[in-house]
Amino acid sequence: MKWVLVAAMVVATVLGDLLQSHEMKQAGEQSVSARGFARLLYVIAQRRLLILGIACNAVSFFSFMALVQTEPLSFAVPASSASFVLETLLAKFVLHERLGARRTAGALAVLAGVVLVGG
Amino acid sequence: MTNLPRRSSALLKTYSVLVFFLALKAAGNSAMAWGMKQVPERMSINPALYLHAMLNPFVALGVVALILALLTRMALFSLADLSFVLPVTAVGYVIAVFLGKVFLHETVTHQRWLGTLLIFGGAALVGSTSRNTTAPAENPK
Repeated sequence: MKWVLVAAMVVATVLGDLLQSHEMKQAGEQSVSARGFARLLYVIAQRRLLILGIACNAVSFFSFMALVQTEPLSFAVPASSASFVLETLLAKFVLHERLGARRTAGALAVLAGVVLVGG
Repeated sequence: MTNLPRRSSALLKTYSVLVFFLALKAAGNSAMAWGMKQVPERMSINPALYLHAMLNPFVALGVVALILALLTRMALFSLADLSFVLPVTAVGYVIAVFLGKVFLHETVTHQRWLGTLLIFGGAALVGSTSRNTTAPAENPK
């Protein structure tokens, strides 16, 4: 059961972030003022894939909550960082972002840090 | 070079949204954790229990802050790459360790401090790269 929850959490996180990143880049630059939030809600209402992305976030959130009820946080947090690796790879190959040596090195350092903090 | 002021103001905007996100996330998580400790019922699959927990003002405050954090993160996605947003928002772990140490008096092991340092260094390294590599305006070459 524990690995089913980990898989559900990782897949939902990856899918949710990819969809949100892709859709938000298309929607153009947003701001976080009161008017910015209102405009953002309007953007969300108009984009089905964005709503799907948020639904994925919800699945990921509840899988994480279910996971931490039975497993220690020191397992759940590093397990959730598997999505970090997958997402960075997919950002390169699916979203065509240019990673470069510096960004790759930084991402690897962050990943090692997350595993140490959770472990 | 004429677009330099515009680019630096876009950079400033990206970092302000990032800081706003981190603040909302830290405040939301803290309020949620504080509130949930006061809720007597243990959570299960039953959604009514979660709704009942939200009657606690700290839990409600936490939920509102975390929803705003989600929206702020989406705004951040509109400004920067996914491979940029992921490492720089990991600074949230550093803030969580710090808040746990200062306010909840948790003991922080050497391993956790080392991890915190790696996250901070890695995020700074990623932060020094061009934030948006897919928008045509950012890549005049």
